Amino acid sequence: MGIFLAIQGAASQGVLWGLMTLGLFITYKILNFADLTVDGSFALGGSVSAILITSGFSPYLSLVIAFFAGSLAGLVTGLLHTKLKIPGILAGILTMIALYSVNIRVMGQANIPLLGQETMLTLTSSFGLSKTLGSLLIGSIFSAIVIAILYWFFGTELGSAIRATGSNEKMVQALGINTESMKNIGLMLSNALVAFSGALVAQSQGYADVGMGTGTIVIGLASIIIGEVIFGKRFSFWYRLMSVVFGSILYRIIIAIVLQLGMKSTDLKLLTAVIVALALALPVINEKMTRHQKRKINRLQKKTEANKKASIQ
Amino acid sequence: MKRNVFRILFLSFIVVSMSGFFLSCANKKDDKIKIGALQLVEHVALDAAYAGFVDALAEEGYIDGESIKIDFQNAQGEQANCQTIAQKFINDKSDLILAIATPAAQAVANLTETIPILITAVTDPQSAMLVKSNEMPGTNVTGTSDLTPVAAQIALIKKLVPEVKTIGFLYNSSEQNSKFQIDLAKKEADALGISYLDATVSSSNEIQQVVQSLVGKVDAVYSPTDNMIAAGIPTVAGVLNPAKIPFIVGEEGMVQAGGLATYGINYYALGKQTGKMAAEILRDGKKPATMPIQYLQGGDFALNEASAKEIGIIIPEELLLELGK
Repeated sequence: MGIFLAIQGAASQGVLWGLMTLGLFITYKILNFADLTVDGSFALGGSVSAILITSGFSPYLSLVIAFFAGSLAGLVTGLLHTKLKIPGILAGILTMIALYSVNIRVMGQANIPLLGQETMLTLTSSFGLSKTLGSLLIGSIFSAIVIAILYWFFGTELGSAIRATGSNEKMVQALGINTESMKNIGLMLSNALVAFSGALVAQSQGYADVGMGTGTIVIGLASIIIGEVIFGKRFSFWYRLMSVVFGSILYRIIIAIVLQLGMKSTDLKLLTAVIVALALALPVINEKMTRHQKRKINRLQKKTEANKKASIQ
Repeated sequence: MKRNVFRILFLSFIVVSMSGFFLSCANKKDDKIKIGALQLVEHVALDAAYAGFVDALAEEGYIDGESIKIDFQNAQGEQANCQTIAQKFINDKSDLILAIATPAAQAVANLTETIPILITAVTDPQSAMLVKSNEMPGTNVTGTSDLTPVAAQIALIKKLVPEVKTIGFLYNSSEQNSKFQIDLAKKEADALGISYLDATVSSSNEIQQVVQSLVGKVDAVYSPTDNMIAAGIPTVAGVLNPAKIPFIVGEEGMVQAGGLATYGINYYALGKQTGKMAAEILRDGKKPATMPIQYLQGGDFALNEASAKEIGIIIPEELLLELGK
């Protein structure tokens, strides 16, 4: 029973964080750009949503505004990178630290409680759902919608151009496409989703805090990689998008389970690092293993050939 | 092919962990009172509060491992973990939850309205919306506030440096608790006719530069119970002590780390007070809703003698007497 509840709780958190992971997937996997802005834009989404809710706006409208606020953050990173030629990682870091101050400006303080305020969970709890189940339901609905939209978008001419930019920038430039704007659009879309996810998480956990984005990039990367390792790169693009969200859920479930098993929470970061390192090392390990096998096969073939020759002689 | 093998390994890891859990569940049938303790981050003051909590419960006859079982978890400063841990405590059907620091308390309070929650190291539970009012919580949350005797600390500066004209207020602009205390400190400084300079930092890397910018401009520096400054005390003292500027701080842990003096909250005593409240809930069946938020009575005067020697400051006799108590 306990484990079932733990998985339920983890899934509800994972699905909300899954939207952030989808955003990170766009930059990390599609654009091939490690975007560190997300630590800041996640908290930005939470901050924007929280301040709007406490000033009497509808929680749904606050999600929309958080989405656009996030896209602005992405645009800043994009402009720093494309126009001012600042290396991608550094551009992300710069926006991330700037957002720390921005978030405090937005909230006017470091922490806004949402306990007892109207959030999107007010609606689900009016159907008699617990906060955990409500978050799970809302997260699943939004994930499904976002996956559908992303699948459609990356099939359009613009979306394909963004994908191509990530795979082979020079080639795309040769085709007469402005890769700078492709990168900017990708970063805007990505950070918009990250902020949207931050807004959902803030509403679900009952507060927004300037520190709520800490570690977002690592959580996101771990989720993407776990999803890829477990579900593989099969079928088509929608399957990869889904595996990203499932990766995020699995990441949370792994953490919830090891906590339930009694692992010290102080070892969590080590665990995360080990999971990510293992998953990242997989391609290399695979390659070494196949090379080793090939060598074995070659040796066997040579032996049999030699045997054949010997038998002929 | 190999990829599949890893995939299977990964899944089996999860399955094994799950079955391990079921087994451990089956063996763990005891009637101990379950207490979940969630701490936001490793920090001298927060660790001390937790130690005080455990010791107070032991004094009241609730010894960890005997009649109670405390499940202590630290969120490592990652707030997503706060929620996962809070969910774990609720799934485990804890009888009581201790939450140390504001985001931890908010995460727990958001998820349960029935399990009694004790909070500590939260400066103003009311503005964090954890309780309806500090005098009469009206929710399942109560506990202790770490509001420091700010006024007494500013008065202490006046006692140590009678000719003080300007105080530098050193704090992290993003910590709500710090801003709250600085506002109180400014009021007190205004009342005493002392002027002040704000020196805010937003990351621990900035501490050194910001402190250096104060040298020559102020006669004393004051920091409230600010987590970032608390972690960077050696840096601050490393600049201020050679410059012979007294550094008055918000709590005792910061004095031990190199600050000159404080009238401060003792987080261990605060944790103890919280533990006593927990015992009242467990033994006497009191309800958090009717238990007012408690404050630590009276500050402890604390002095770092090494820093005092380095600055070459003479501590008034009456303060030294308080130290002996």
